[in-house]
Amino acid sequence: MSATAVLSTKDKFIACLEASGRVASHPAAKEASAALNTLEFPTSKTERWKYTRTNKIVKTDFTVQKSTQAIDLEPYEIEGLDADTLVFVNGYYRNDLSSFKPNDNVIVAPLSEALSSQASIVQQYMGRMANHNTEIFTAINTAYAVDGGFIYVKDNTIVERPIHLINLTDGNNVLAQPRHLIVAGKSSKVDFVATYGSIGNGANLHNVVTEVWVGENAHVHLDKLQYESEDAYHIATDQVYQESNSTFTINTITVNGALVRNNLNIVVDATNCTSNLYGLYMPTDKQHVDNHTFVDHKKPHCESNELYKGIINDAATGVFNGKVFVRQDAQKTNAFQSNANILMTDDATINSKPELEIYADDVKCSHGSTTGQFDEEAVFYLRARGIGEDSARKLLTYAFVVDVLDNIENEAIRRKVDQLLEQRFNWVL
Amino acid sequence: MISIQNLHAEINGKAILKGIDLEVKAGEVHAIMGPNGSGKSTLASVLAGREDYDITKGSVTYLEKDLLEMSTEDRAREGIFLAFQYPVEIPGVSNVNFLKTAINEIREHKGMEALSAKDFLAMVREKSKLVELDAKLANRAVNHGFSGGEKKRNEIFQMAMLTPSLSILDETDSGLDIDALRVVANGVNKLKSENNAFIVVTHYQRLLDYIVPDFVHVLYNGKIVKSGTKELALELEEKGYDWIKAEQGESITA
Repeated sequence: MSATAVLSTKDKFIACLEASGRVASHPAAKEASAALNTLEFPTSKTERWKYTRTNKIVKTDFTVQKSTQAIDLEPYEIEGLDADTLVFVNGYYRNDLSSFKPNDNVIVAPLSEALSSQASIVQQYMGRMANHNTEIFTAINTAYAVDGGFIYVKDNTIVERPIHLINLTDGNNVLAQPRHLIVAGKSSKVDFVATYGSIGNGANLHNVVTEVWVGENAHVHLDKLQYESEDAYHIATDQVYQESNSTFTINTITVNGALVRNNLNIVVDATNCTSNLYGLYMPTDKQHVDNHTFVDHKKPHCESNELYKGIINDAATGVFNGKVFVRQDAQKTNAFQSNANILMTDDATINSKPELEIYADDVKCSHGSTTGQFDEEAVFYLRARGIGEDSARKLLTYAFVVDVLDNIENEAIRRKVDQLLEQRFNWVL
Repeated sequence: MISIQNLHAEINGKAILKGIDLEVKAGEVHAIMGPNGSGKSTLASVLAGREDYDITKGSVTYLEKDLLEMSTEDRAREGIFLAFQYPVEIPGVSNVNFLKTAINEIREHKGMEALSAKDFLAMVREKSKLVELDAKLANRAVNHGFSGGEKKRNEIFQMAMLTPSLSILDETDSGLDIDALRVVANGVNKLKSENNAFIVVTHYQRLLDYIVPDFVHVLYNGKIVKSGTKELALELEEKGYDWIKAEQGESITA
């Protein structure tokens, strides 16, 4: 294909966004727009996208459209979770569906509002973490996102109620671009849930960017639940910056979606930090789930723990590319990374690439990747005790993923995840 | 209880069982002995329903049903229990959860209601004492990180929980020290009754000092070549298996 044809794909893609209006007033948007003049969509030669082709996505004629219809939120709510909730449909904020209690120590607002009401904070943090200069999908989001969640936790604040960001798409070939900004002040503690869902079966694209600033001695926990439609596309970038003595934990649970790409980048730029990255993906049919993680250890005495597990069914594909970078200054780093997969069929594929790049000489790092088939001996063992073959397989599947799920600390969220797995895979737990 | 007639089984085209005849009645303990490679474990596996084996000839009738037509899980639900030679480690599945699932599937099969959590836990407490299994092990993942002795005790614990009619112990004594052996054997002896039966597969006689068999059968080259009472086991202990092999060699050439 000629270079002009590729260019026209990008121009066409962007043209639908130009018409829609945007969060224009922050400086990052201008930078991102400028960057888009030269950035191109990844090709098969782009190393970071080697195993995930975006052709189908970027050639789709998406529209950006507001949805105003009444929506039953129940499938996306979490029973028993007393949370502040912000709802975005097609990337637009839905005031009628959101509910949160005003609090002196936590500012919760749609980004569109925060741009004026919290202008200085937005200026200070937005676009300062996510890289819109080199990543085209991040640039598109930065330049054209219409709304998102803005959460600012003041210093020394323990946020009792979790904050739930519900992101939905409604329609067909809709492009939704939520843009979330989370800033956790000094010695604060806050828990988030981010839910991604589809109303109906449209082949919609969520191109979402979440920036998280974890202040000194702050604790931020984020559970990400992705259960969009079978035909949904999802490209996510979670960009995290950690200050000293902070802890950041993320659980990424991918239950459904035709093509899901999660970019998780954590910059650990201070001492005594802990970063926990856990993930579970279970693609079926011809679905494709790609988790790209990057932990950048810049300073000494930090720890990162990473565990991603995949169960790949049918003719589905999983991709895990986890990179841990330990810079020369980052002495006494403890970095552990592990990826384990079960291929349920002969047609299932996994591309697993754990990477460690170490420039410090006094560190403790390990990484590993395993891929196997179902343990038939264990199936026989369970059956020999009277457990039916179907239940035996479900029990063993659940057993394989349980050490990832156990990192979801909130019981209501854990129950929700169990329910999602039960609905999707007929598990009886 | 079980009647095995002229049973032939092979794996990957290689014949392992070459005509087994065995009759076990309720209340009986049968020991199957024999040198390595004689087919002892294959017999145990075939009875439990391991699908790697092809049954080429013969029949097995269990409680008046055709056993070979039944799935592995249905055999277990109908009261067949195999104590594994190598119990499988299953990280992530707790022993109690696993047993609760098993018991309730068995009960469902029999048209019984599920056991209440309270009754189940009371049962766990009672039965774990039987094999001196630390209550903590009951809450751990199935066999995960258990010592060899703990794994075998866990097999007998499961047996106690599932109350089978016919228990097949496949080399349960292998890898056990003398204390663990005594604990395991005591467990079996306490579970023994007029209504159930045991097939004890073993290479050595020492287990039979503790679990006293009513009958001893010697399996060699896929066939039962000698049957007797517990004295036969003592004779084997004393003389080894070579005389059996020699006798068989003679009978073939004769």
